Amino acid sequence: MQISGAEIVVRSLREEGVEFVFGYPGGAVLEIYDAIFKQDAFKHVLVRHEQAAVHAADAYSRSSDKVGVALVTSGPGATNALTGIATAYLDSIPLVVLSGQVGTPAIGLDAFQEVDMVGMSRPCVKHNFLVKDISELASTIKKAFYIAKTGRPGPVVVDIPKDVQQTLSEFHYPDSVNIRSYTPVTRGHPGQIKKAVSLLAEAKRPFIYVGGGAVLGNAADEVRELVRSLGLPCTNTLMGLGAYPGTDPQFVGMLGMHGTYEANMAMQNCDVLIAIGARFDDRVISVPSKFTAVPKKIVHIDVDPSSIAKRVKVDIPIVGDVKLVLREMLEVLKATGAKPNAEALAAWWRQIDAWRAPNSLRYEQSSEIIKPQYVVETLFEVTGGNAIITSDVGQHQMWAAQYYKFDRPKQWLNSGGLGTMGVGLPYAMGAQLANPDAQVACITGEASIQMNIQELSTCHQYHIPVKLVNLNNRYLGMVRQWQEIFYGNRYSESYMDALPDFVKLAEAYGHVGFKVEKPSDVEPVLREAFGPKLKERLVFLDFLTDQSENVFPMVGNGKGLDEMDLPPHMREAQATESDRDYGNLC
Amino acid sequence: MRHILSILLENEAGALSRVVGLFSARGYNIDSLTVSTTEDATLSRMTIVTHGSDDVIEQITKQLNKLIEVVKVIDLNESEHIERELMLIKVRATGKDREEMKRMADIFRGRIIDVTEKTYTLELTGTSDKLNAFIEAVDRTVILETVRTGASGIGRGERILKI
Repeated sequence: MQISGAEIVVRSLREEGVEFVFGYPGGAVLEIYDAIFKQDAFKHVLVRHEQAAVHAADAYSRSSDKVGVALVTSGPGATNALTGIATAYLDSIPLVVLSGQVGTPAIGLDAFQEVDMVGMSRPCVKHNFLVKDISELASTIKKAFYIAKTGRPGPVVVDIPKDVQQTLSEFHYPDSVNIRSYTPVTRGHPGQIKKAVSLLAEAKRPFIYVGGGAVLGNAADEVRELVRSLGLPCTNTLMGLGAYPGTDPQFVGMLGMHGTYEANMAMQNCDVLIAIGARFDDRVISVPSKFTAVPKKIVHIDVDPSSIAKRVKVDIPIVGDVKLVLREMLEVLKATGAKPNAEALAAWWRQIDAWRAPNSLRYEQSSEIIKPQYVVETLFEVTGGNAIITSDVGQHQMWAAQYYKFDRPKQWLNSGGLGTMGVGLPYAMGAQLANPDAQVACITGEASIQMNIQELSTCHQYHIPVKLVNLNNRYLGMVRQWQEIFYGNRYSESYMDALPDFVKLAEAYGHVGFKVEKPSDVEPVLREAFGPKLKERLVFLDFLTDQSENVFPMVGNGKGLDEMDLPPHMREAQATESDRDYGNLC
Repeated sequence: MRHILSILLENEAGALSRVVGLFSARGYNIDSLTVSTTEDATLSRMTIVTHGSDDVIEQITKQLNKLIEVVKVIDLNESEHIERELMLIKVRATGKDREEMKRMADIFRGRIIDVTEKTYTLELTGTSDKLNAFIEAVDRTVILETVRTGASGIGRGERILKI
């Protein structure tokens, strides 16, 4: 039986086991929307802006083992989707975006709502397709899912002209995909793995550095076994949080620009570093030459060869699926009984504990004004550390990363690579739909939340009961912090006046809102919001927080990992420790 | 350092723009690029001449391999190879220049493929250096037009780039 291209799209999505499609209709996808109307295999979630559709689909992927799907129309629908696609690309999130295109005879004629979606999205997708022939539609969708989720994952765009959606054809969904030019590596080289194990056994100051690749590669169990069986110190990147449990004593905290003192010092001073699904990016190691100033041997495990030796030369590259490589490493460790020298390791731990002792995340509590860090800590307590947390981008994102201790992977969703303000609410939507029984909270700021605030309407329509924790300091906080430190307190356009009344705004969208101004109210209000009475409701919590609070520690521009700007209580000790210049903060 | 990369890729619409887009997006250099289909119509063979440090060339190779439509990439510089470029050059050929241009064409093993009263059009093949040398050797004022294909390269002996 022949069916239309639009029906082929719907049937293909069903074959892929798609549960939700996040989208927004328009002229060039009306055929597909008509086919969606006639089916009940998956649910369509009507967002209020295409960017949010892609973010929600992205979060659906991030918080599950499935591939999120977004559907947008041609022209402005497609261009609105681009920020979402780029966000997923920078964090290697599997995603399939279907976009409508004007009919093939109209392509290139500047038709109404025509943009070259394949051309525009090319630099921010893993791959993309323009389907001009109905006979290739089903196999292209199959390829899109396959490419999105295999190897180093990423977003794939399938652009489908309107006439292709209308053409009739037989439907045959392929069982498997064979792309001769695309064969991702899975197993690591056994020789390299053996070398890595012997290097680890010789280490005096070993350190495990775990990134988002361990989360995406479902390698948390293997990471834990490696770290625990050898008694090693471990750090997670912003994208790797949860890959190793945040409450474990062997976890030294997140590293990088706003990492803990102990994590950054250990990273800088280790002698053998095992990098697992991490890419030494600028927000993690800052300046490569300063990072390599302390000589260290580096083992780098990554599924993407181009991530290896991109910023830092490594001694033992291992290209492969992190889970498989770690398993093999664990087997070799077991078989050989290799382990680092116990005395050296104990001395290394004493050093790390000394770095840890002053607690670089300590902040001054106040009874007058709400400290943003306190809100996150209390949120952690109130949710029992179990909630799925999404964040937007800025100071609140860093405080969320520092003070919420993530014990499992896929519990923490944020835009680490692209740093997209406005992801928080759509991320919470996608995460809640993928995990209907989980508590989902979005830690946001008054600036970020306004970048996709319209999605409160989507949450109302689909009864998505996420909790919004707005750390409202009336500033673009991270911009203000940089202006304070690097631009002589000239707060150029970083103060946000004329903010809406967020409580009334939440109510206008049919939700519940609370404004919280006193530190003593933080815990009771959070308990109420996360309590049984409001379980089914979206709650918008507007916390008026300290405007002058900065994120510490901080590795400033051009500084090395061991040249952090530290919180006030550690500055005096640091000043006596050396004569280094700590910039404007001291 | 100058490198010649040979790339086998799917002969599909958009494959070329992915390669070119990669070079511009990541700030790599393209000194020349040639591409055409092979004896297998589903495949294109591309030769890119680029320059950069060893680290940059390594990244270029890895990034090219990452493109879904790229089947294989080799750096011809890694072993013995042959390189050829074709140049068509139109020169003024009047008076004493007429005999001189013919002599120069012979020296460089070029051929005159079009003749008018006032011009010759010459065809020259060789390494890019040889074509540069020809341009250097003739009087600049007689050159009316040059067209170069960019270098194509192939490994020497039994070394082949194939699926």
